[in-house]
Amino acid sequence: MWLSQRDPDGQQRPTRGSPEGEVLELVVLVLSCFLAAVAAPGLHKILHHRVGMVLAVVPAAIAVWLAAHAPQVIAGLPPSVSIPWLTNVGVHLALRLDGLALLFALLISTIGALVSLYAGTYLKGHEHQGRFFLYLYLFMGAMLGLVLADDLIALFVFWELTSISSYFLIGFNAEDAKSRRSALQALLVTGAGGLALLAGLVLLGIATGQTTLSGINANGALGGHGLYAPILVLVLAGAFTKSAQFPFHFWLPGAMVAPTPVSAYLHSATMVKAGIYLMARLHPSLGGTTQWTTALVLFGSATLLVGTIQALRQTDMKLILAHSTVASLGLLTLLLGLGTEHAAQAAMAFLLGHALYKGALFLVAGSVDHGTGTRDIRSLSGLRSAMPYTALAATLAVLSFMGIPPLFGFIAKEAILESLLELPGAIPLTVLVAILLAGGILAAFLAAVRPFWGRLRTPHDHPHESPVPMLVGPLFLAVAGLLFGILPALADNALVSPAASSILATDSHAHLAIWHGFNLPLAISAAVLLASGAVIASRLDLKRFLDRCFGGLDRIGPEAGYHASVRGLLRTAKWQARRFQNGHLRVYLMILFGAIAASVLATILLLDGGFWIASTPSWDMQFQEVVVALVLITAAIAVTRATSRLAAVAILGVVGYAVAVLFIMYSAPDLAMTQFLFETLSVLIFAYVLWGMPRLVKRSSGLVHIRDAVLCSVVGALMGWLALSAMTERFEDPISTFYAAQSYLAAHGRNVVNVILVDFRGLDTLGEITVLAVAALGVAGLLRLRNSGGGDE
Amino acid sequence: MSLILRTASRVLVPVIIVFSIFIMLRGHNAPGGGFIGGMVAGGAFALHLLSHDLATAKSSVPIPPALMIAIGLLTAAVSGIFGLFATDAYLTGVWVDWHLPALGTLVVGTPLLFDVGVYLLVAGMTLSILFHLAEET
Repeated sequence: MWLSQRDPDGQQRPTRGSPEGEVLELVVLVLSCFLAAVAAPGLHKILHHRVGMVLAVVPAAIAVWLAAHAPQVIAGLPPSVSIPWLTNVGVHLALRLDGLALLFALLISTIGALVSLYAGTYLKGHEHQGRFFLYLYLFMGAMLGLVLADDLIALFVFWELTSISSYFLIGFNAEDAKSRRSALQALLVTGAGGLALLAGLVLLGIATGQTTLSGINANGALGGHGLYAPILVLVLAGAFTKSAQFPFHFWLPGAMVAPTPVSAYLHSATMVKAGIYLMARLHPSLGGTTQWTTALVLFGSATLLVGTIQALRQTDMKLILAHSTVASLGLLTLLLGLGTEHAAQAAMAFLLGHALYKGALFLVAGSVDHGTGTRDIRSLSGLRSAMPYTALAATLAVLSFMGIPPLFGFIAKEAILESLLELPGAIPLTVLVAILLAGGILAAFLAAVRPFWGRLRTPHDHPHESPVPMLVGPLFLAVAGLLFGILPALADNALVSPAASSILATDSHAHLAIWHGFNLPLAISAAVLLASGAVIASRLDLKRFLDRCFGGLDRIGPEAGYHASVRGLLRTAKWQARRFQNGHLRVYLMILFGAIAASVLATILLLDGGFWIASTPSWDMQFQEVVVALVLITAAIAVTRATSRLAAVAILGVVGYAVAVLFIMYSAPDLAMTQFLFETLSVLIFAYVLWGMPRLVKRSSGLVHIRDAVLCSVVGALMGWLALSAMTERFEDPISTFYAAQSYLAAHGRNVVNVILVDFRGLDTLGEITVLAVAALGVAGLLRLRNSGGGDE
Repeated sequence: MSLILRTASRVLVPVIIVFSIFIMLRGHNAPGGGFIGGMVAGGAFALHLLSHDLATAKSSVPIPPALMIAIGLLTAAVSGIFGLFATDAYLTGVWVDWHLPALGTLVVGTPLLFDVGVYLLVAGMTLSILFHLAEET
């Protein structure tokens, strides 16, 4: 499909790929991150902690490339590439750099470079630092691929890759049980959402007939389509789990056990925004309907509420920031749900601003931890004298967080309030958002103002400033927030407007500015600030108040639900193993026979006409055949009545011999010989095995005997019926005529059976004798294990 | 074990082994073949095992059973490689005519080699299982 876009002259121009053709460098961007990941452990051995600095060149170069190609994207000519991957299902590795992708990709690469630099020093001396960078760059490549992906399946693959690399990064301190549990929790929640997303993407492809996102969006809104509701539910399940929307939000605070660079990168600036990205990307196709708006506004507001309340109850800097990130993600979801042009612009502006200040604040938290040994806000204050540069970064970032001019956060918040106010009947929503913004300001104060201002107080002595590599990240991000605040046109033209244009599928200019005149949003912001200031000045113990109100809910919240589900799953698995794998051979056989009987019976009964044998088998039998058959039946019954094990085995041998005699009577000498030999050897082997075992004791009740008899009779009868049916239903010539004809001519042999075994079906025989070899080795191994006294087999 | 069994086995075991080789070789044109031959050989050693004790039986087997299994599997697998050289597919039968001076022409092929591999494997497997079980009792 052609995605038409108007270029600045107003002419319509079909755009698919850039005018220069396929841009393979897009693939190189993603691949270079993966290559850096693979090289990281080796480089770490040589460079030690400097590997962070060295590897940071890769994302820095990516950022430069993106910036160089930004004008092309802004002009409405997105570079793209499509490499055939699984052509017969229509899956290609299709990458496309439009406005939305550009914003995300720049965030991923720039913040990635800064985090890489930071982590080199933060984790200095850690023995697994090489592995850390492996996971980090793996994530970077996956995230980059996610935002650049144009093909549905490619998107899904990168989506899951981010979940997996996040699992490794969260669980990096693998010796800590809490790390492992939190990593698993994040993986299970986002993985389950990923499965739903796959189903949703496939359905989306079926519904629109397209395999690329650009194609789907060009197809127009999917609103009235029959499959719209399931697609929406599934895709939103994926987006909500990844972006920590209520009730799937609980994994994000849990992920704070990861090293702080990881929290700054994944769990505030990039990975958690993947769900937001998905919703933004699919807005032209799935958005605009009441279901979309209701779902996103509802869940977004709930997340905003829960996140803000939880943020105010925490005492660890990282946890405050984590919960406020949850709240911000809720706000972004809400804005995307509103769907108006201003809401989309506000969402993109807020996304940019949030990434900058939250990333900076997380890195600051890490620096505080590194410099003082704690992150508990109750025991920290006045760090500005000990850590001046970190304090500078923290102050700029927190001012942006609070939405105070001239920082970019203020501009973003003004845009948000403006977009809320222009909706008819949005007063309640605006009031809610305003109150929660105030909550956010309070949380920001707790996390990043009080620790740095006031009298110097730390739990240990000698708090120290971070080394230079750990200062670059926070300062860069904080100053960027200031820069964009003073020169908003920079962010507007290059980042926010193109992204909004992609969301809305038409050209859109945001006109971000610090000063829009004395209007209602400004008044609301001022009121919010004043209210927060009053609360802070009153020294109200908000934490205690909120704990009392909401503390009881922790036990029945979504996280409790998750733990209960996991426990239930494990309990079911244990019960099932106990019932069906309890070690008794007769139970295994019973289940096997039961399953066979049930499935075959079901098939026969459900198939019409399948129960009848086509032609009646001939009843002429020789006298000797009848005798042998009677011997066989008698022996079979006698086995069940035997009281000594060896007697049972011997009688079983009689059954085998009788079968062999029947083979002779029906002129199958090879089969007969094999059967005779096998019966003899198996009686011998059984005798050895059962030697010294006690007499058979009748241990089960009569009812159990009846049950077993019925089950076995049914299975036996079914097998016999199937054999008769197969024999009499002939729709082709039997294959034996072919073999008989070809045996001497092609294979120089007159014994058809043997020729089939070693020549015509030689490969089957090779497989069978391999199985025999393995069985023999297995017997040897098990017996040797028992002899050596090595515990239970 | 009884004297009769011991004396009888001293005569029977070699005969049965020779018989097993005969059964294997005739398999292509008459009832027989590698499986049957291998089991007969196993049966011969089983008789030896029953009439004497385990140590004697073990020492009378020239190659350890596990090695027999391995050689058998290797022979069978290798026999298919000739097919790769001659035509396209693995395990295609390749036949050559051996002109022996006094006995006439012998038609020999890779299926025979395969059968030998099967024989060794089945014999080795039977012996392996029997010897390990006999060690228990």
